[in-house]
Amino acid sequence: MDLLDYPFMVRALIAAALVGITAPAIGTYLVQRRQAVMGDGLGHVAMTGVALGFVLNTSPVWMATLVAVVGAVGMELIRSRGKTSGDVALAMLFYGGLAGGVMIISVGGGSTAKLLSAMFGSITTVATEDVTAVAVLSAFVLAVTIGLRRQLFAVCQDEEFARVTGLPVRLLNLLIMVTAAVTVTVAMRIVGLLLVSAMMVIPVAAAQRVTRGFTATLSLAMAIGLVVSLTGTVTTYYVEAPSGAAIVLLAIGVFMAMTALSTPLARRRAKAARAAEEVCTRDDVKV
Amino acid sequence: MQSTPGQAADQPVISLRGATASLGSRPVLRGVDLTVHRGEVVALLGANGSGKSTAVRAVVGQVPLADGELSLFGTDFKRFRAWSRIGYVPQRTTAAGGVPATVREVVSAGRLARSRFGLLRKADKDAVSRALSLVDMDAYADASVNALSGGQHQRVLIARALAVEPELLIMDEPMAGVDLANQAVLAHALRTQVAAGTTVLLVLHELGPLEPLIDRAVVLRDGCVVHDGPPPEALGQHALPGHDHVHPHAAHDAEPQRTGLLS
Repeated sequence: MDLLDYPFMVRALIAAALVGITAPAIGTYLVQRRQAVMGDGLGHVAMTGVALGFVLNTSPVWMATLVAVVGAVGMELIRSRGKTSGDVALAMLFYGGLAGGVMIISVGGGSTAKLLSAMFGSITTVATEDVTAVAVLSAFVLAVTIGLRRQLFAVCQDEEFARVTGLPVRLLNLLIMVTAAVTVTVAMRIVGLLLVSAMMVIPVAAAQRVTRGFTATLSLAMAIGLVVSLTGTVTTYYVEAPSGAAIVLLAIGVFMAMTALSTPLARRRAKAARAAEEVCTRDDVKV
Repeated sequence: MQSTPGQAADQPVISLRGATASLGSRPVLRGVDLTVHRGEVVALLGANGSGKSTAVRAVVGQVPLADGELSLFGTDFKRFRAWSRIGYVPQRTTAAGGVPATVREVVSAGRLARSRFGLLRKADKDAVSRALSLVDMDAYADASVNALSGGQHQRVLIARALAVEPELLIMDEPMAGVDLANQAVLAHALRTQVAAGTTVLLVLHELGPLEPLIDRAVVLRDGCVVHDGPPPEALGQHALPGHDHVHPHAAHDAEPQRTGLLS
């Protein structure tokens, strides 16, 4: 393929593959504990980090990671207190991060146009040192989301039960948020900070139209993420468009296809379940 | 409460003394004493808002005590780490989360009390299978919990606690919203556990099909113990605490710290 002759394209495809795998991996846990929106908030907060990176002339990826991780710890502390005002506190953190990014880059003499590629992704902006950073961060995300999946599953499924089994629930919750923050910056170059949450949520939503189990959902979501991420990146090689938009629209397309596929599947399962139920009830009455 | 290792054998499994706790500014436990000995099956009864659920959640450390002492298996709660001795069934109407999970996946979470790290070994898988067959859910092991009925959800939650292979089973309203057929399955599972020597503390709204299993009933009202002894006979709606066999209001209002009838 001729597009592999361009080093920038090779870097973009490596980054896209890593985004496609990592974002749905951590996204599955966020969806499981019904906090799909957290990824979006972390994306907003990371904007301040990107702006700081530009202004201070350091790597935007590492700076965004640092700021997003700090934001993630803050969000987890607000969430774990469980106050009703937590909602409002989170909103302030989200939009404070976004507004802070725009303000810092304006005051620092940069143009807000620089933020645009960070917001929506661009395949031409993946620098060589970015690939290294993204690979290291992805390794961390995969180690957590796959290596600790039993523990994280238990915590996201039923926090109180997990605490009574003696799991360090507070630490694991913090780990989920920090991992989500790291994923945000992994996804920054390709998908963009405003659309990263879509890659955490949509492949999971698509996968669970047809799956019954957690591990199956996690695996299928990562597979869907990988396919749409690579396809979307290749598309923007031919079509002039932000890669994030292409990837997210493709993911939505897959979601709709899965939904269409799931309707007959669900009908067949419901029929099977009804049959099983009848047999079971008769047994129970005999006992 | 201090304990020496030599005494551990004859220590009560649960010892809660003078427990007070508040949710927000509302006092929910006002000096509760609760002792459960090895092999006992104790039911915690009371009307809605009497504090029975808060009391069991305090026993497993999920409600902080403002005052009072708690020890489990003779160990002061602050130093208690032997979570694999406890199987806990929290009050839930569903075992489902935001992502589909199979019955086996949910029940396997109970094994984390025993194998905190690493993969599920054969012993873990066997324990999960045993727990599933105890509540008669083997046929549903690979079904999604989202597709289950309310009674089946409770059976999954109880299987998850049984998968721990606990010495002490703590259940918060395991019969809530469960139809008669499912109640019979749960009663059978519990009978098997009790016969094997498991200690049980459970919150119930009424005794129902579990009545023959209950050794002792502790009745709470307004955060105080008002009865501790044999299960009240024919505990129906009209016999619920607040209607009879309780002490006048003034007694616990005046001295909330000493209303526990155990002492």
